[in-house]
Amino acid sequence: MSQGACENQLLSKLALSDKHGEASPYFHGWKAYDNNPFHPTHNPQGVIQMGLAENQLCSDLIKEWIKENPQASICTAEGIDSFSDIAVFQDYHGLKQFRQAIATFMERARGGRVRFEAERVVMSGGATGANETIMFCLADPGDAFLVPTPYYAAFDRDLRWRTGVRIIPVECSSSNNFQITKQALESAYLKAQETGIKIKGLIISNPLGTSLDRETLESLVSFINDKQIHLVCDEIYAATVFAEPGFISVAEIIQEMYYVNRDLIHIVYSLSKDMGLPGFRVGVVYSYNDVVVSCARRMSSFGLVSSQTQSFLAAMLSDQSFVDNFLVEVSKRVAKRHHMFTEGLEEMGISCLRSNAGLFVLMDLRHMLKDQTFDSEMALWRVIINKVKINVSPGSSFHCSEPGWFRVCFANMDEDTLQIALERIKDFVVGDRANKNKNCNCICNNKRENKKRKSFQKNLKLSLSSMRYEEHVRSPKLMSPHSPLLRA
Amino acid sequence: MGLPGKNKGAVLSKIATNNQHGENSEYFDGWKAYDKDPFHLSRNPHGIIQMGLAENQLCLDLIKDWVKENPEASICTLEGIHQFSDIANFQDYHGLKKFRQAIAHFMGKARGGRVTFDPERVVMSGGATGANETIMFCLADPGDVFLIPSPYYAAFDRDLRWRTGVEIIPVPCSSSDNFKLTVDAAEWAYKKAQESNKKVKGLILTNPSNPLGTMLDKDTLTNLVRFVTRKNIHLVVDEIYAATVFAGGDFVSVAEVVNDVDISEVNVDLIHIVYSLSKDMGLPGFRVGIVYSFNDSVVSCARKMSSFGLVSSQTQLMLASMLSDDQFVDNFLMESSRRLGIRHKVFTTGIKKADIACLTSNAGLFAWMDLRHLLRDRNSFESEIELWHIIIDRVKLNVSPGSSFRCTEPGWFRICFANMDDDTLHVALGRIQDFVSKNKNKIVEKASENDQVIQNKSAKKLKWTQTNLRLSFRRLYEDGLSSPGIMSPHSPLLRA
Repeated sequence: MSQGACENQLLSKLALSDKHGEASPYFHGWKAYDNNPFHPTHNPQGVIQMGLAENQLCSDLIKEWIKENPQASICTAEGIDSFSDIAVFQDYHGLKQFRQAIATFMERARGGRVRFEAERVVMSGGATGANETIMFCLADPGDAFLVPTPYYAAFDRDLRWRTGVRIIPVECSSSNNFQITKQALESAYLKAQETGIKIKGLIISNPLGTSLDRETLESLVSFINDKQIHLVCDEIYAATVFAEPGFISVAEIIQEMYYVNRDLIHIVYSLSKDMGLPGFRVGVVYSYNDVVVSCARRMSSFGLVSSQTQSFLAAMLSDQSFVDNFLVEVSKRVAKRHHMFTEGLEEMGISCLRSNAGLFVLMDLRHMLKDQTFDSEMALWRVIINKVKINVSPGSSFHCSEPGWFRVCFANMDEDTLQIALERIKDFVVGDRANKNKNCNCICNNKRENKKRKSFQKNLKLSLSSMRYEEHVRSPKLMSPHSPLLRA
Repeated sequence: MGLPGKNKGAVLSKIATNNQHGENSEYFDGWKAYDKDPFHLSRNPHGIIQMGLAENQLCLDLIKDWVKENPEASICTLEGIHQFSDIANFQDYHGLKKFRQAIAHFMGKARGGRVTFDPERVVMSGGATGANETIMFCLADPGDVFLIPSPYYAAFDRDLRWRTGVEIIPVPCSSSDNFKLTVDAAEWAYKKAQESNKKVKGLILTNPSNPLGTMLDKDTLTNLVRFVTRKNIHLVVDEIYAATVFAGGDFVSVAEVVNDVDISEVNVDLIHIVYSLSKDMGLPGFRVGIVYSFNDSVVSCARKMSSFGLVSSQTQLMLASMLSDDQFVDNFLMESSRRLGIRHKVFTTGIKKADIACLTSNAGLFAWMDLRHLLRDRNSFESEIELWHIIIDRVKLNVSPGSSFRCTEPGWFRICFANMDDDTLHVALGRIQDFVSKNKNKIVEKASENDQVIQNKSAKKLKWTQTNLRLSFRRLYEDGLSSPGIMSPHSPLLRA
């Protein structure tokens, strides 16, 4: 290896920067899991992975379909005749039947209330590639995007690392269930303008497990239309909605708002969550802007979906009765799992933000903090990882503006494992309650006031920080193919 | 679309609105013509034959046979479905361990087993396209320069430059010494770049060469490795044609040179390889690109970047199984080389009958055809383009003009011969022979015009200078850059 000074000359600034995010303290949970992964028989005392938003609840339905449809694969005796055509296919439009199948699936995942044109479907290397691509298309280095907090931690890398784009957080508060308000948007927008930062758009994602209601979406669309900036809606959890209100796509909203400039509207989608196929790397950019469609398509050359995978999915997603049944069933199973988990938590006095979608809940542990500071949040988090032995994600890793919230995933494991996790949490909570009674006399007024000031300073610093990361940002060896977590 | 009169350009990024994707180039005329009138032996026997696409379809039957005999390699068969959940959820950017091991193993075998590759250094990318962009992002900042020998693969102008902001400066190679790259030429280009206050970060080249179809010998490679070490710049070698060698001895990978050169003469942190299964195995649709670096920091950075273009885990598993089958791999490499050799010989022998020569080559899926004697004016790129349009419109072949590869001399054309069946190749050869024989008279007529040529020599020279200058600013592209509708799944060109 070269000397340090030489190293700086040798590689690019991108290679030397830490915007890939893996130097973050938030990887502590992943490392703990990786060093000691739970397995019901091989390692029953190991760390349970609840920091990964994966959907493993319906892979059995897909396997059943595969068994009944051998011709869908180019690697079966029934499908081998297509092998040559598919193996050499590298057109960046993607297989026509694949684009059509994706468009149809997107429609059905939105209850058939909206139409999608296959010609606007552009492939990417997962939602990761899709998000980066849309940034390259819409913004220049130095430009910024507004992102409501808390937000998906990998955005800090995906949207920023190679594009040079900046993120301006729009703070949302638990007092109104983290809803995005026009006031907060205007405030963030004006502040950015005063600093001379060019805002190119607003990106909406849903790390809360809630779907946006119609009024909120309409106000967001009005906001960006007034400012003539872009709206990028990350709808990768569209089909994981399991309760009211149902999922409303921005595509639905703009159908009714005839005056909106559609050139400003773009959707990012993926099959990683709704179908539980992250390894297939199917990301989609869907834009109402013809120039963006064209540009994104050319950029997709850097992250095309394997034609083998395109061919298989085109066949499966074209099966209307399979898709309809799948969507109903995934919603049902996520609901059941969500209910099981939240009920379990409530029994021990832990509440969660009310949610109706996603593969996780936002758990409220504010009452378990020593004081309302992010330091206390981190301290509690380390206890949860090291002693309770559960890898969850602290709210600060999502740029949550209030300490005490934790995202907990529940769809990447079997029911037995979830029960074990609940028992561990219960043991911890009961133990914590006992400790709290013992120590209550030590709290004094002076200490409380100092902590409060510290909290404010911490909060201010955090809102300017942008170094938060988690899933999809893998540290070495995580989720190896032999992880006992995965069902084989 | 949207409000009337709205200025869309103002709203999008510079990258979205510039033309560095390259598809507005006139060099897409051949593709457009092919797309409108694609040849098919029975359905459209007078259509345009695609000879501008470097695809290897000669050995797909071997792969199909293997797939039939190994159903457990796919997660979509009864035999392999028990792995479905594990694989469908696998998204680690290291890739399946088995896949990396298989790739490293295959890379070793494709280089005659003379060098070993470390699976821990294998990083996935979205095809060689993604791999080349990734390596640029890792090594250079916007405005930095990479030297590249010309003629070179046209898509580099997009892949290396578009989103990275990196610049390319050609190292001209001449037909007088068979377009061989020399350290002197690299040295010259390096100095020229420095004189222009450009920061040169490295040299990137393709070995075996596209479009030449030739290999660098070990001495030249060794000298290049010493050159970059002296300059402290990177050497990126695109070896995606490593297993297409069909004659003339062994392919020498830069990895071999790294092993053999005295340790004091090489800084391994400067050496990187780009690889892909698109050409050697004929599987471009699977998007398997590889960055292999001897620099630990580059490996680490490229791996993180691979998140933007990972290979489908479904495809990883299948290929891991296939490439771990030594018997299959050994037979495949031998048979591929043999079939390419036969195809190359049939082609070059066929055009020799038309008095057309090619650069002597021993690798690749194409020949570098010398048509200088058919140009109206041997010093004119305009004449080259004129001839090219005749070849497309009248001969009905889509080939690639040398200027699209930034060749500094007009009259050379790359012609691909591995993406079609024998019958189609014979039709193409027949067309070429017909064309040349019909135009023999015109060549004779040309001789009688010598007096006029002499008189206009001065004017022609000026014209050439202007043309050459203009050309150097033009962006050129072809295969790997599919334009709309090209190579659709129903293209009659493909064997179904």
